[in-house]
Amino acid sequence: MRFSLPEASANAAQTDWLIGGLTAVSLAVLALVFGLLLFYVVRYRHNSPVVRGDLAEKSFRFEISWTAATLLVFLGLFVWGSVLYVRLYQPPTDALKIYIVAKQWMWKAEYPGGQREINTLHVPVNKPVELVMTSQDVIHDFFVPAFRVKRDVLPGQYETLWFRPDRPGTYHLFCAQFCGTSHAAMVGSVVVMPNAEFQDWLGTNGNDGTLVEEGSRLFIQYGCSGCHRDHGTVRAPSLAGLYGSPVPLSDGSTVTADDRYIRDSILNPGGQVVASYAQVMPSFAGVIGEDDLVKLLAYIESLGAENGG
Amino acid sequence: MSDHAQTAADDLTLAQPSYLEDGVTLRSWLLSTDHKRIAILYMVSITVFFFLGGAAAALIRYNLIIPQGALASAELYNRLFSMHGVLMVWFFLVPAVPVTIGNFILPLMLGARDLAFPRLNLLSWYLFVAAGIAVVAALFAGGIDTGWTFYEPLSSDYAQGHVVLAVTGVFIAGFSSIATGLNFIVTIHRLRAPGLTWYRLPIFVWSLYSTSVIMVLATPVLAITLVLLAFETIFHVGVFDPRLGGDPLLFQHMFWFYSHPAVYIMILPGLGVVSEIIPVFARKTLFGYKFVAWASVAIAVIGFFVWGHHMFVSGQSAYASVLFSMLSFLVAVPSAIKVFNWLGTLHKGHIRFDAPMLYALGFIGLFTMGGLTGLFLAALAADIQLHDTYFVIAHFHYIMVGGMVSAYFGALHYWWPKISGRMYPEMIARAAALLMFVGFNLTFFPQFLLGYLGMPRRYHSYPPEFQLLNVLSSAGASILAVAYLMPLAYLTWSLLRGSRAPANPWHALGLEWQTPSPPAACNFVVTPVVTGPPYAYPTSEARPFDA
Repeated sequence: MRFSLPEASANAAQTDWLIGGLTAVSLAVLALVFGLLLFYVVRYRHNSPVVRGDLAEKSFRFEISWTAATLLVFLGLFVWGSVLYVRLYQPPTDALKIYIVAKQWMWKAEYPGGQREINTLHVPVNKPVELVMTSQDVIHDFFVPAFRVKRDVLPGQYETLWFRPDRPGTYHLFCAQFCGTSHAAMVGSVVVMPNAEFQDWLGTNGNDGTLVEEGSRLFIQYGCSGCHRDHGTVRAPSLAGLYGSPVPLSDGSTVTADDRYIRDSILNPGGQVVASYAQVMPSFAGVIGEDDLVKLLAYIESLGAENGG
Repeated sequence: MSDHAQTAADDLTLAQPSYLEDGVTLRSWLLSTDHKRIAILYMVSITVFFFLGGAAAALIRYNLIIPQGALASAELYNRLFSMHGVLMVWFFLVPAVPVTIGNFILPLMLGARDLAFPRLNLLSWYLFVAAGIAVVAALFAGGIDTGWTFYEPLSSDYAQGHVVLAVTGVFIAGFSSIATGLNFIVTIHRLRAPGLTWYRLPIFVWSLYSTSVIMVLATPVLAITLVLLAFETIFHVGVFDPRLGGDPLLFQHMFWFYSHPAVYIMILPGLGVVSEIIPVFARKTLFGYKFVAWASVAIAVIGFFVWGHHMFVSGQSAYASVLFSMLSFLVAVPSAIKVFNWLGTLHKGHIRFDAPMLYALGFIGLFTMGGLTGLFLAALAADIQLHDTYFVIAHFHYIMVGGMVSAYFGALHYWWPKISGRMYPEMIARAAALLMFVGFNLTFFPQFLLGYLGMPRRYHSYPPEFQLLNVLSSAGASILAVAYLMPLAYLTWSLLRGSRAPANPWHALGLEWQTPSPPAACNFVVTPVVTGPPYAYPTSEARPFDA
């Protein structure tokens, strides 16, 4: 039995400071409310002889003061919480990217090197890790209490989450969003290991090809290469250098070609058409599963890197 | 009114049979349009639902005593917490105070003979019963395994239970809610006694008014959401399920657009009850009447714009989350104002500790705890850790059970003499109030710690390090169960054996206390005229209790 939770990521300590701050404010208010309550209840009990004195109370000044004080404290807490939160939406660019596919009732992780594992996630210490997550069925939620991170994992779209583990060890991984019968069994562990050990682990587990190699094979297998390679038979936008770059769309707007955009373009090509191209691509929804999508994404991302994005 | 005329009116009133004696057949109850009788019908119904939902809660706490889960299957556990949530939210907390105490007391407080639409009131009860039958049928046919939130696409494509039947029940209950809300709004506008201006209304009326506005405006959105869910399940029309081209976040937005304001439907009447009880038992006028009154309205209005705080980790945009966080802090301000004003009311009072007051004082403490822990969940980064854990469970039970259920019991004891014409046994009632406070804290305080440590909600089994706190919580729940059964026993007993209640046992000033206990079927033979503010209590010299 323990009453404290390990702080195993850089973010954990900051979240704990915030929770500590909130606790301090709460205790102060509770002391005030319970203190006054008990004091008045004893002092002004009906049979107490204490003189009540002048009862003409001016309430307006009190009302304004405690409303203003409350607002001010709340504003401070709001800003504090928001700053930390927004930071969790800005992963560093050098993060190790791991793909997570959730389904009833298991977690599957796929590494860029082709390593795969179920209900366990191995990560190196002191390196930022970015998870790109999706679900094959209902909504799940990736929650690692020791890192103070949590994010819903939705079907049909990517959600990302990042953390920088700073303490080797094994920590709980929970599904926090109720997902059906065996929700409580959709648990696993996150293993944080020193970088050298992590490299060893990658070496002994990566038997298949890397995600990029697999993706390259699928790129041909699904027929993508027929149009999207140079000199294709149909005029289609080249994917070289695409990843991470701005894409002008036919409706005049511009999007950044991130995982979510590329995924959407494969499954729903008519949604965001690149400017000056005709929409001729068929939808691959229901054709390409989540596992293969991850590999294709890794491959398309690698095309971006080769050309200096 | 001169003394002579007053006496004549009293004689006339006393000559009337009380509403309880005005017909004794089953028919005279089931077809009654008397708001007081309908309130009793509601009271019986919600008591049944409360104990059904409570039984589910007891089994939930039993299961969590051991880490592997004491109940054999996760499936059963999931169905129990879904049943607990659906019954408690829509069939106890939402209706509890408005349709029982509100229905009974509102016309009396206004000096009216009934609600504006007595037959609509009766229809509301029948809708409520029909809804309850649908939901209970779904539960006994095997239940649902979606939780009370019905999140998509779990509830349409992947659920195994009787979701459509249960949803139909909730849908019908919504119409009962809307009809009651409408009835209250019109009644408060049109049926106030001469001289009863808005600022002379008891705070309970202000809070019922705010509640009714939310009922009328928010409930239709729930109805639409549930119809879409049923359509998707039955006809496979893609609205929320991504496999059919829908958006699961849309469901959450629509669901919480109702269900967050619904939280205020549940708690606002409780805030009103406490604002009634405290001045009476402190023998002092309510501190900052206008601030307390408008705080209810402010909560009702701002409460419509904070639903996104249920979705900080759902994948909604970060900018939306920041905005919702700010608004959530803002909505907590009027609640804080109320607490400070109650303390101001106690200052220099002559405080008595009858059972209703014990419940009200308990309410202040537990509601403050619930409100403060709400700040943790409104602060974005803290919510990331605490969302969907036992911290959330503890937080909303502090508001809903610690707050609302305490207020309901406070109201029940305070107005029991008026409703039943009998006094409840005072000492045992005080003991029950104290036991409830102790049992409640023991049940739910450990859950704050569990949540911070990371125990997710809706888990049939859990890692062994969480066991101690879970055992404490379950021990508290068994105390709480006893405390809830006590009023059921002694209030029932008092109906038969309790001493006859005088018209105004608390020496309170509300119009409802000018009627005999129990009131005549027509409430007031002569319409009362109001000439002063609601809480002009004697402060130092006149202490009728000691007389």
